[in-house]
Order: sequence, then C-alpha cells, then structure tokens
Amino acid sequence: MSLVERVRRSRVWPMLWKEFIQMKRDRLTLALIVGIPALQLVLFGYAVQTDVRHQPTIVLDESRTSESRALVSTVGNSGTFDVVGHVHSRAEVRSLIEDGTAKAALVIPPGFMSDIKRGHTAEAQMIVNAADPQSAAAAMSGAQLAAGARTQALLGAAGRNRVVPLDLRVRPWYNPAQRSAVFIVPGVIGILLTLTMTLITSTAIVRERERGTLEQLIVTPIDKTSLMLGKTIPFIVVGYAQMTTALFFGKVIFDLPIRGSILLLYVAAIAFILASLGVGLLISTLVRTQAQAMQLSFFFMLPNILLSGYVFPREAMPEPAQWVGLALPLTYFLKVLRRVLLMGVGVEHIWREGVTLAVIANALLFVSIKRFSKTID
Amino acid sequence: MTVAVETARLRKTFGALVAVDALDLTIRRGEVFGLLGPNGSGKTTTIRMLCGLLEPTSGSATVAGFDVAREPEKIRERIGYMSQRFGLYDDLTVLENLRFYATVYGLHGADRATRLAAHMGEMGLAVRATQLAGTLSGGWKQRLSLACATAHRPAILFLDEPTAGVDPAARRAFWDSIYVLAGSGTTILVTTHYMDEAERCQRLAFLSRGHLIGLGTPAEIPAQFGQATIEAVFVELQRRDEGAAA
Repeated sequence: MSLVERVRRSRVWPMLWKEFIQMKRDRLTLALIVGIPALQLVLFGYAVQTDVRHQPTIVLDESRTSESRALVSTVGNSGTFDVVGHVHSRAEVRSLIEDGTAKAALVIPPGFMSDIKRGHTAEAQMIVNAADPQSAAAAMSGAQLAAGARTQALLGAAGRNRVVPLDLRVRPWYNPAQRSAVFIVPGVIGILLTLTMTLITSTAIVRERERGTLEQLIVTPIDKTSLMLGKTIPFIVVGYAQMTTALFFGKVIFDLPIRGSILLLYVAAIAFILASLGVGLLISTLVRTQAQAMQLSFFFMLPNILLSGYVFPREAMPEPAQWVGLALPLTYFLKVLRRVLLMGVGVEHIWREGVTLAVIANALLFVSIKRFSKTID
Repeated sequence: MTVAVETARLRKTFGALVAVDALDLTIRRGEVFGLLGPNGSGKTTTIRMLCGLLEPTSGSATVAGFDVAREPEKIRERIGYMSQRFGLYDDLTVLENLRFYATVYGLHGADRATRLAAHMGEMGLAVRATQLAGTLSGGWKQRLSLACATAHRPAILFLDEPTAGVDPAARRAFWDSIYVLAGSGTTILVTTHYMDEAERCQRLAFLSRGHLIGLGTPAEIPAQFGQATIEAVFVELQRRDEGAAA
C-alpha cells in the first residue's frame, strides 16, 4: 500500500469526522470554550480596575508645611489615591497597611519644605502594599504621575532651577518584584489554556468509557494511536480558538501589548497545546470516571498556579519547588508568552522553550498511547 | 474451515472470583449458537474474551482461525459485536453512526455508500436516517446497533443480551434479521435470558458459575437435566446456584 493510500485509509479520519460532528452539536460546551476566556478576562479586568483607582491612603506628614500639604493634595487628587486619614508615627503606618485599612501611605519627612527652599531635592516616600501585584503597579504609576505634576508646578514657580525639587520614592512593601497587570495577563492566558486542554481531553475518553461506546470501539480494528489522536486533534482547534479569544480580550480590556510576532506565538503555542493535551490524555489513562478525571485535572492546576511563575517569581522559590516547575509545560509557555508579547523578542530567544515543550509533548503522548490498553480489564 | 470459534480450558479470574473456568467449546461455521445461564454464570465474560475485550487468565481460544491472545486485531476485522449497552453515539444521527462504524471497519468511498444504502434498506433504517440516535426508542436503537455491528459483513457475530429491555414485537423483528444473517453464512453467538429465544438457536450451551454444564440442541437439553422444558432447566440451575451461595 502506498503512503498516500495508507494515510487515506488511516482510521484516524473517521474518528476526527465523528469528533467534529459531536463538537458542533455540543453547543453549550462550545460556547463555554469561547466564553470562558472572555468572561475570565472581563472579571479579571473589573478586579484590576476597581483596585487601581481610589486606593485608601494614609498620610504621615512630619513636615506640616504648605509644601507638604500641596503634595498631599496633589496625590489625593490624582484619582489613584484617596486620602483616608492622617497618622503620627511609622508604627501606625505599618499597622494600618497590615490590617488592610490602607493600601498605601504617603510619608513626608520633617525637612521636606526646607530642602525645597534651599534648592535641594526634597524626598518623600510613597509606601505601597505590593502583595497584590496589580494594584501595586497602578499605585506606582499613580505616584509617579502625582510627583511629576508637583515637580512641574514647583519648577514653574521657581523659574530656572538646577536640581529636581521633588523625589517621591515608591517603596513597594511585601513584593519587591513589582509585577504589573501586563505581566499577569499573559499568565491568565496560559492558565486558561492549561485548564481547558487538560480538562476536556481527560474527560473525553472517559466519557466514551462511561457511555459504553469505548467498549464498542475497542472491538473494532481501530488502532489505539488513531483512537487517541482522533480524540485529541480536534482540541488543538479548540486551544487556538481559546487563545485567540483571550488575546483579543486581553488587548481590548487591558491594552495588552503585542510587541512580538503573533505568528511566532501561534507556532510556539502548538507545542504547548499538545503538551497540555498530553497531560489530559495521561490523566484519562489513569482514571475510570469523568468525576475522577476532573478532580485530577484540577489537582494538576495547583502546581501550575503556584510554581510556574504565573504569580510568584520562580527565582524566589526554594530549589525543589523550582525543579517541580521545570516539569510543567506552563513554565515554558509563560516565558514564551511574556517574551513575545511584552518584550517583543524573536525566535532566537524562545526556541529553547519551544523545543523543550515539543519534547514534553512527545513524551506525554507516547506514554499515554503506550499506557492505553485495548481491553476493558 | 468448519470451526468458527473454539476454546480450550479457557479461564478468567477477577481477583479471587473465578468467572469462567475450564471452558471447552466448539462453535461451527454458520451456526446460531446460544449461550445460556443465570446472571453471573460467565456468559458475558466469555464473549468479552472471544472479542478481545478481556484477556484470558489461562487456556486458549481461536476465533475465525486466529488466537485471541496473539492476533486480536485479525479477529477484530472479522467479527461484529453488539452488547446490551448498544454502543451508539447519541449525538450522531442514524446514518452518521453507521457511516462511522463502517469507516472504522475499513469501508471507503463508493463501496461504503452503496453498502450503507443497501444495509439501511435491509435493516429498515432508511426512514430514520437523519434522526439522532439518542432520540430513538429502545427497539430502534437495538436495530441500529445491529446494523452498525454488521455493515462490514462480519464472519462471526457476537450478541451479548441484545434484546434486553426491548418489546416482544421488536424482539421478533430482531430475530428475523438474525436468521437472514445466519442464512448468508454468518456465525452467531448469542447470550439471552429469554426461553423463546433459546428455542430459536440451533445449539445451546448452559453455563453455571463459570462452568459448562450442558450442551446440545434445544430438544436435547431438557432431557440431559431430567426436565420437561428449557425454562425448567433454567429455574433448576438458578435454584442450585442460590443454594450454593447460601
């Protein structure tokens, strides 16, 4: 038999044909697959937007002068910060931020006004609770803007001036890494893809087992590679649809920068999608029911959320946690997403991650097909 | 080849449970062979081993001349299998279900189109071609399931309680189809709980707790057990089983 004939007669085709028909008829799932990224990103967007504006702010004004009051009012009018009270000591600042009363604190030292009068750079501090990376990023840019506005005013009043009159230093507490919203959005895309790909693949084969159609398929001459690939390949399309939706909403809601080549991102994504599908397939060979498949898929999400670098920087983790992270496809894909989207790098800076993902994908698919047994024992 | 299925000392255990033990069975080509026995007697396990769904613990079996342990794929191309669960895709139409299984069994192109058209006619399914399988009644599902299992003209057909939960008219129609298939040379191995269906088989094997305890034509079987009818044999066996369990 020629190769063309062999490909034409492959039993993966009837599987694919059937899967696409079933997918087309399952309107609810289809809607969820496209709707979930949109919904997630919109919800996420609201969370960010309520956080970034009107952050409760306390003031420790040790200068008590017209200059310090002017700075307080500029900061208070910036829209990012709402001054909710004045305190009299650093201890109070710490306790109010720690109990959540305030998200930020403006600290103006005693010599503030005299520094400006003598033509020195007057220093003040904007302390920001950076435990929540999104609000921290917004707070920092808000502080910069307020300081900039005040500096302009001072420079205008003083005419020519040799030094910058005001230095508002931002002190991010609790999270010195200073993650910003644009840093998180690519992560949301990666997390979403991981969850959906793993979940739908792991339940797909088990569903046939529960409905009794797997038994019927096993007695046919279909080879297990065709069976497994036929069940998996349609989800590649789903993965791309989901990634596209997420990128679209990321762009619209967050103004997510897309600095690199989108084509490069889509090419690299195939390795990640296949690796995630491989995880799903592997799960499906380990469980007997859809409920078990779901539980295992969600369990798999935990290390992805915690150890992939999605929220917490991997460099700050203890070594064993870093090793676990190295086994997760998302760890590599996050680097690809952030580098291509935010840094705009070319293939030379992401090929290592791409190759690693391809190797992981191959290994997972191979092991899953190997493990799958055409018996019902 | 005059032998379609042959087993020798076939045995299957699940942990401590012995489901089938020391089973020697020969089914001739073209025969309609009935496998009878109370629940848990090993009928389904036997069929599943013959179809390659379960691996025998020991002993051997050949189907269509191929060994079940060594050449299961060769066997799969030559058999049809239908279980009481029907194995249909609820969200595919009648025609799509048929087309899917026909293609998986290797039918392609014009061959497949003519074969499916003829097959749907024979099975009386043409009127339901575009209906979703999930919306069919039990009798129609059963008919479609049989059609899916036979579109590729298997040499041997395995039917595991194919008429469970179906009304008498549908059962009668089903058996008419079975005889048409047998008439064209298909060997049929069927398990059943219905005595009227047992009477329609050419030969019967009685299983009890994994063992073959009776073999013969529907006329011979009652005499072997000193009973008047097959039903009486069945009831007697069930009573013995329950006695052993208690």
